[in-house]
Amino acid sequence: MLTGKPFELVCPAGALPSLKAAVDNGADCVYTGLKDNTNARNFTGLNFDDAQLREGIRYAHDRRVKVLLALNTYPQTSTWGRWTAAVDKAADFGVDAVILADPGLMEYAKTKHPQLRLHLSVQGSATSYEAINFYHEQFGIQRAVLPRVLAMPQIEHVVKNTPVEIEVFGFGGLCVMVEGRCALSAYVTGDSPNTVGVCSPGKAVRYEQTERGMETRLNGVLIDRFAEGEKTGYPTLCKGRFEVNEETYYAIEEPTSLNTLELLPKLMEIGVKAIKIEGRQRSPAYVAQVTKVWREAIDSALRNRQGYAVRESWMAELNKVSEGSMHTLGAYYRPWK
Amino acid sequence: MKLALGPLLYYWPRQQVIDFYEEIAKTPVDIAYLGETVCARRHELRVQDWAEIAAKLAAAGKQAILGTQTLIESESDLKTLRRVIDEKGFLTEANDMGAVRILAAEKRPFVAGPFLNVFNAATLSMMARLGASRWVMPVEMSAASLADLQAARPAGLETEVFAYGRLPLAFSARCFTARHFNLQKDDCQFKCLDFPDGLLIRTREGEEFLTLNGIQTQSSKVYNLIGEVDAMRALGVDVLRISPQSQHTIELLQAFHDRMHGTLDPSAARERLAGLGLAEPCNGFWYGKPGLDQIAA
Repeated sequence: MLTGKPFELVCPAGALPSLKAAVDNGADCVYTGLKDNTNARNFTGLNFDDAQLREGIRYAHDRRVKVLLALNTYPQTSTWGRWTAAVDKAADFGVDAVILADPGLMEYAKTKHPQLRLHLSVQGSATSYEAINFYHEQFGIQRAVLPRVLAMPQIEHVVKNTPVEIEVFGFGGLCVMVEGRCALSAYVTGDSPNTVGVCSPGKAVRYEQTERGMETRLNGVLIDRFAEGEKTGYPTLCKGRFEVNEETYYAIEEPTSLNTLELLPKLMEIGVKAIKIEGRQRSPAYVAQVTKVWREAIDSALRNRQGYAVRESWMAELNKVSEGSMHTLGAYYRPWK
Repeated sequence: MKLALGPLLYYWPRQQVIDFYEEIAKTPVDIAYLGETVCARRHELRVQDWAEIAAKLAAAGKQAILGTQTLIESESDLKTLRRVIDEKGFLTEANDMGAVRILAAEKRPFVAGPFLNVFNAATLSMMARLGASRWVMPVEMSAASLADLQAARPAGLETEVFAYGRLPLAFSARCFTARHFNLQKDDCQFKCLDFPDGLLIRTREGEEFLTLNGIQTQSSKVYNLIGEVDAMRALGVDVLRISPQSQHTIELLQAFHDRMHGTLDPSAARERLAGLGLAEPCNGFWYGKPGLDQIAA
């Protein structure tokens, strides 16, 4: 077990090249998944087989970077063994922590591998210290990742009332729904983040050039339509344009991405322990770029919290890789709600 | 098999709520879930008011249960949660793990609500150990997965299935109803009061798609397992949940009651429900398909 830093940068490693990009550009931790539905980014071509995971762990540990394994979907009774085998593997391979959502699986991990460090996944939907402390008392979780729903004072209140380390999302794709409490993708496509580890899966997507414009569909349902010259977006179903009372707009959420760079000193001040970058499905170039900027920002804030200011060059770099090229503070900024 | 009325997911004026439950008291429903489980800003009825309604329903022979708020954000939300749990005369439906923690610490029996994500036997057994006397299957779970869980179910634990109503699919910190009126949640002007069955989202080709209900997003279609009552009975399901809507809830309860007691056959039951729903039916989740699908039984 590597010793903890005062404030950790947790970066996505969808595959070995991304893992190396994160490690090389200053991540304190990388988080990964196996090549199946035991994690919430169960995408074709993504994730790690055994050899890659061993190599990733070796590469990271040689450079004093921690490896976290996300096993954060909810196992079904009939496939339970796949998840417990994954926990066994995590312990056997020497990952630094597993990120879990399912209470039954946490109990298994705690009983079978008492030395294995447990993190509560954002998919666990724990938004209060009462919920987080439940997982702490029952399973000894040492860190919780907060769903993207709380405003800054609410996060501060959680931190003050739990012994569990708090990790928050800092950058990347933004779930507007409470993670672990969203069955929209299951409703439209049959594939659920909770049980299959996907949202708005590619196999259900259809792009169609029509007289009315480029139409994007998910299992036949029209998610959006783009006029000529408009950039066509991926049909993530909560980020389409729909009609409500005959008004057409992004009824749920715009295709924005979360960026909390300006909140960094405040997050440190209120006692948040780690910041998570979303995007295991993104390219190694994305991971390198985002990790590099956040490393600089965190080091700058650690050196001098009062004098911290977001540099224009950081924003320019991040804008290049953002979904929809728009940024939001999301729920951290109360009026967003 | 027992019949339950789920919690009122919408926001209705106070008198309408009181009148509604007076009617419910006269129906053959066995169980009524009460309380505000969606949004902390809704205050037409306070916990005390819900407890009074619960007492009246209990006096009419119903099992009255108070549900907790599903998304907890603030200390004020936790205060309300504790107030609900402090109504010790009634069973509590725990809708998040914070509620489970408090109830388990007090060694109080509870209903493990549909948003706790109980997907496997290990988690189900744990809920029973912590004090759950009943659990409600997640709406997205299939009959096949339920069968596995039923086979491993701890003795004495009842199983409840969401069997009728617009599906509560997602929760958010954001209020989508307020957003529709360009209002912030903190100044929502209680727009939900204007939409007794939620605010419909259509696709850009006019197809009904979802329903906005404040911070909750529902299906537009109505989940309807009237055709699957015998299948649920065969799986040992103990309780069927009907979700309240502004019109025809009484007739819906009666139809399910008659179907469950064998005085109404499946095709007649479907026919009787045909004019009563808010939209066309769906049942895909039960068959392990996209929820919006309608599969012939």
